Amino acid sequence: MLGTLGVAGFALTWELVAWAEVVNPAYLPRFSTTAARLVTELGEPRFWSALGDTVVTWALGLLIAVAAAVVAGAVIGLVPFLRRATHSTVEFLRPIPSVAIIPLAVLVAGLSREAALVIVVYAPFWQVFIQVLYGVGDVDTVADDTARSFGLGRLQRLRHVVLPTALPYVITGFRLAASIALVLTITAELVIGNPGIGRQIDVYRSAPDAPGLYALVLVTGLLGLLVNLVTRLVERRVLHWHPSVRREGVA
Amino acid sequence: MPAAPVHPGPVHPGPVPAVRRALASLGYAVGLPVLLVVAWALATRGTTNLYYPPPSRVLTAFVSTWLAPDTLVRDVLPSLGRFAVGVLLSIVIGVVVGTAIGATPWLRALLEPMLEFFRAIPPVVLVPVLMLLLGIDDTMKLAVIVSGSVWPVLLNTIEGVRGTDPVLVDTSRSYRVRGLLAYRYVVLPAASPQIMAGVRLALSIGLILMVISEMFASSSGLGYQIVYFQRQYMVAEMWSGILLLGLVGVAVAAVFQLVERRVLHWYHGSREVARA
Repeated sequence: MLGTLGVAGFALTWELVAWAEVVNPAYLPRFSTTAARLVTELGEPRFWSALGDTVVTWALGLLIAVAAAVVAGAVIGLVPFLRRATHSTVEFLRPIPSVAIIPLAVLVAGLSREAALVIVVYAPFWQVFIQVLYGVGDVDTVADDTARSFGLGRLQRLRHVVLPTALPYVITGFRLAASIALVLTITAELVIGNPGIGRQIDVYRSAPDAPGLYALVLVTGLLGLLVNLVTRLVERRVLHWHPSVRREGVA
Repeated sequence: MPAAPVHPGPVHPGPVPAVRRALASLGYAVGLPVLLVVAWALATRGTTNLYYPPPSRVLTAFVSTWLAPDTLVRDVLPSLGRFAVGVLLSIVIGVVVGTAIGATPWLRALLEPMLEFFRAIPPVVLVPVLMLLLGIDDTMKLAVIVSGSVWPVLLNTIEGVRGTDPVLVDTSRSYRVRGLLAYRYVVLPAASPQIMAGVRLALSIGLILMVISEMFASSSGLGYQIVYFQRQYMVAEMWSGILLLGLVGVAVAAVFQLVERRVLHWYHGSREVARA
């Protein structure tokens, strides 16, 4: 209830600041102008094709990152030798800011979706990879030994012991990765210039078309909220059996 | 009388196994990186491929580009300075504002949806907005860094302050520990694990935004230089720039870990006790 008031207050403050012309109105349009622009923007096919491009790049990048991270994480996490041998390399590669490789991606793949995908995959990959590593390492030795003494084979233990242990970690990684991938998708579009919301923002900036720019910034925020919401739903769905979700449901 | 079983290794850790173990962990730490560099060197030996220069050329480019005094003074240090100032500002603003919001329930309820929304905006899209509002000087670059990295600190501080153990708060209140004293000795320590988690995120976001703000509108700085090298097809120099950013990222992560261990040593200690 109060939250709605907060949103209204924000809109009102924006409106008043723009109305008082604290900054040049060409640079800060009113909230009402921006909202109206957002509505017209929603009627434009150009907007929807940009949104579609962004969503496709995001989904593709996230899919590649998660699939690669789960496979690599499971293999490396299950083999202690690999785990020790790769530790230093992983700790070096992980903190490299993903934007550092933008020039490399552009050089190799041109101003294309492929170049954007290099960046969209890089950072979320580490996020999921580390989570898978932790998850696989968290297997209860008693549970594993019990399964072994009941004669479960390697594959069966993978399915009935390792997977349930690692899944909550993987889903957490997936949730974080989904947000990061969205941020990087839009960043890549803005910097590289492959089609999508990010490029449209840069077009409006250089036009300059302030209401359009602000409207699209609002869109990116809403898109981010939507991604959070959907990934939380996925988390509850996939982990409905897990104590952390079951407890939440009762409360 | 049967002979006692001989346990090799860990049971009687003499000097030799200790040395051997240290060597083994050193081998594990440097083995793969060395292999990778050697593989890179072999794969690019005598290459004419423009995009993948051999490591020796990247290394020479690194020394001649980034360690030259004028690049160091004109590009590297100002970039790192803006990064440091931006992140420090974010931490101060985030902790102060976050405490105020976290300690005031109605304010929190009022602002929470807006804060969630601002956090959800990809920080980079604020670069064009801030370019419009502030022009393209140092203020804009600082504002870009702060506008992105303040959110994790702010939201985590709110959560941390809100999550302070109520028994602790009541106890300290009944001992008349109030105001700044209570803040320093009760609220801040209770919130600090969350705040540090936010700071870690703020650091990586800040680094990204430092680079981005310079890629967009600048004539100096790390981000500008790397894009410049790419456009000029100075590939070895560009690779060396990526290497430098990687090293900065690793260094920032290492410094953070040191600071975190210092600030939260009591927390890690109590967690270990709880686990045992």
